[in-house]
Amino acid sequence: MAGLATVLGSGAMTNTIGEVEDAKAIFVIGSNTTENHPIIGYRIRKAVKKGARLIVADPREIRLADVADVYLPLKPGTDVALINGMLHVILKEGLVDSEFIASRTEGFEDMKAAVEKYTPEYASEISGVPAEDIVRAARLYAGADSATILYTMGVTQHTSGTENVLSLANLVLATGNFGKPGAGLNPLRGQNNVQGACDMGALPGVYTGYQPVADDNARAKFEKAWCVTLPGKPGMTMTEMFHAAVEDRIRAMYIMGENPLLSDPDGGHICDCLEKMDFMVVQDIFLTETAKLADVVLPAATFAEKDGVFVNTERRVQRVCRALKPRGQSKPDWEIIQLLAQKLGYDWNYESAEQIFDEIAELTPSYAGLSYKRLEDGGIQWPCPNPEHPGTPILHVGKFSRGLGKFSAVDYRLSAEQADEEFPILLTTGRSLYHYHTGTMTRKTEGLNQFHKEELMELNPEDAKALGIGEDDIVTVTSRRGTVRSKVHVTDRIQPGVVFMTFHFAETAANLLTNSEVCHIAKTPELKVCAVRVEKA
Amino acid sequence: MVTLYIDDIQVSVEKGSTIFDAAQKVGVYIPTLCHHPELHTFGGCRVCMVEANGKLVTACRAPVTDGMVVRIDAEGARKVQRMVVELLLTKHNEDCQTCVKDSNCKLQEVANYVGITPERMAMLRRSVTEVEIDESNPFFNIDRTRCILCGICIRTCEEINGVTALDFGFRGEHTAVVTMGNKKLAESTCESCGECMERCPTGALARKNYERPNREVKSVCGYCGVGCGIHLGVRGDRVVSVRGDKDNPVNKGQLCVKGRFGYNFVNHPDRLTTPLIKRDGELVEASWDEALDLVASRFKEIIDESGPNALGGISSARCTTEDNYVFTRLIRSLGTNNLDHCARL
Ligand code: SF4
Ligand code: SF4
Ligand code: SF4
Repeated sequence: MAGLATVLGSGAMTNTIGEVEDAKAIFVIGSNTTENHPIIGYRIRKAVKKGARLIVADPREIRLADVADVYLPLKPGTDVALINGMLHVILKEGLVDSEFIASRTEGFEDMKAAVEKYTPEYASEISGVPAEDIVRAARLYAGADSATILYTMGVTQHTSGTENVLSLANLVLATGNFGKPGAGLNPLRGQNNVQGACDMGALPGVYTGYQPVADDNARAKFEKAWCVTLPGKPGMTMTEMFHAAVEDRIRAMYIMGENPLLSDPDGGHICDCLEKMDFMVVQDIFLTETAKLADVVLPAATFAEKDGVFVNTERRVQRVCRALKPRGQSKPDWEIIQLLAQKLGYDWNYESAEQIFDEIAELTPSYAGLSYKRLEDGGIQWPCPNPEHPGTPILHVGKFSRGLGKFSAVDYRLSAEQADEEFPILLTTGRSLYHYHTGTMTRKTEGLNQFHKEELMELNPEDAKALGIGEDDIVTVTSRRGTVRSKVHVTDRIQPGVVFMTFHFAETAANLLTNSEVCHIAKTPELKVCAVRVEKA
Repeated sequence: MVTLYIDDIQVSVEKGSTIFDAAQKVGVYIPTLCHHPELHTFGGCRVCMVEANGKLVTACRAPVTDGMVVRIDAEGARKVQRMVVELLLTKHNEDCQTCVKDSNCKLQEVANYVGITPERMAMLRRSVTEVEIDESNPFFNIDRTRCILCGICIRTCEEINGVTALDFGFRGEHTAVVTMGNKKLAESTCESCGECMERCPTGALARKNYERPNREVKSVCGYCGVGCGIHLGVRGDRVVSVRGDKDNPVNKGQLCVKGRFGYNFVNHPDRLTTPLIKRDGELVEASWDEALDLVASRFKEIIDESGPNALGGISSARCTTEDNYVFTRLIRSLGTNNLDHCARL
């Protein structure tokens, strides 16, 4: 979420889930909301029933497209062109919020110059979306009293991921859709506690509450609290660590609750990296594909067996409560980490998750007013700077965290990988309603498997015909990095020249194919576009 | 405000309220079958019949007027109620004991209210026709011999989640709840959220393999970033149910298929239950002390040999915030900022 932080000063969902229902226009881009965030999907459908106008942009004709006013079937990786096209129309037709631009933003002229050349026709040429639909979408979005944008990995998992987000921010700034109900720019986080992990600084460059490790004051504060000396130079991202492992620069790794072998791009490469590692510890609830490669595996407790908080996609800090005692000898993750810390000679004495939370609140300004007691009824949205503060449902009311909201001049760039003669089709990846991430948890429920027990790669009828492939045929899918086999589902919900796979299934691991080329700013891998060849097996 | 009299109790309510709303306000019971507070009024079952200013009306629909005199237990109303319930019972499955809704069923409640005796019940129920139960959905069944055609499931699927998988099909006495094209549930557009099942007033839409929990614990769903509030149902040392938390501002009681039904992993036999150490290429069981001593000594060795930046930590977007905090504390304390999680994935 580096993109949002640059222009606004904060990288989280700006508004609440509940407000979606009252938005006058909703622009869903790169988010298969009804499958990945079902409850938000319900809210969108409800809003549409109440008269909200819905714009859906996605390479796949997702279910939400059925109830949309405009569906924009863009080619994977062309988001910037599409959004700049919409901005072009909004500027040309004077649909901007001039007062908002004048009083609360900077950099408008630069942005204006940058979108000048993105006429609907030019944007259409790049994105494959009909020019008149770009115009309609722009008018619907800009014409509404309050318009919200919802997006997910479909926008960020590109080498141009940050630019995609910045151009969306331009759209919101130009129409004054920040700081009011039913509006905003809203990244929907995929996993239950991505927000909490980010907030805690499970990132190379920041401590809790996004306090930079390079900032002397912040570092001094944490050194004092933790009674250690801390390094001031930001570290490596996950993808960088895997690359470094090959060169022996990373020799040991401690992996908690992640299955990078399936979830990360270029799985073949990751397998090599992990095998090359001198020592690897994996802490998880099941013996995942990654755990099988570990030197030591530590059994962790599930969310039903521990206390703590999860922070949802709208920054709401909510209590998770222990319902069962941990299975067998498994333990809550924090207890395991503390035992290890003690073995390493640190004098740690946490007695409960609550005690840890109080320490977090002490060290983190945006959490300062939170306590387990206050979180009992439905949670509180950060920032919550003091115990009397009610929390902050809507960010940027009256003022952005960084002062003025910043327009960015963003240009369309080609994705790292383009279709060519050898690999003529673009693969894009995502999730299904019935599974979650690498399937470690959902595939343990028989009923969920009944609906989706194996990969069904989506292929357009046109391509199917050209390749001589039929429904349920088995194909091999080959990219520059690997080959997997998959069953085929022929459907015109996917556009010609594009195929879709999930990454829930170890036996048809789509991420053996994907590209680990990352967005140069946010370091998000380009999982949404990779060139492949499809052949009948 | 409008003032009216319900069985001589004076009550003032907003203009546009119904008699049913007014009765609720003063705690007067009116039987209903097809009414649901979260859904639009259907007014189809007619068991909420009352007498208002001398005329029979359905309370869930009739708007209040100033000075209105309502009699709940009027003779005419009772007749209609009894007729409706008896008609439903003649077509209803006779076996209540095996029904998951037994003693928690709206039809039983209303039958009891109108005073249907066990003898009368037995007499009425001779002519039930066999209809095959649709067991195609892995999480819940639809048994049409227990359906009272209240339409709550249909309205739920349309109004609550916008899927609109269900509708009334066929006509007259053959009327039934069907999916589009009368397909089996599992082959229909149904997304298995279970919202309809939660609201069905009878055992027509019923959870498969239902086990009543001994206790419930309020928590948060562990799957996606929406963070729906839940009540985990526990029986012994197992999670046996998940129910949406109606008071949670995020989901207001609603859940999706993963959140409501995808909890089996907690009790799964494949769970890791002891530490494992790799010996000769095989992961074998070890004690906590053995495992942690090994980790600590290897980490120390590698840091001594190659410096702290030869170490990396991957934290987790699935663990709690507290777990993440102590994880970052440990990795950074060891002298490296090589720390990440899968936020980008
Ligand atoms: S299935 Fe249940 S909710 Fe649906 S109409 Fe029948 S009784 Fe009502
Ligand atoms: S389970 Fe959900 S989607 Fe399926 S019919 Fe019921 S309400 Fe509709
Ligand atoms: S119930 Fe469904 S929508 Fe709600 S948090 Fe769980 S997975 Fe997400």
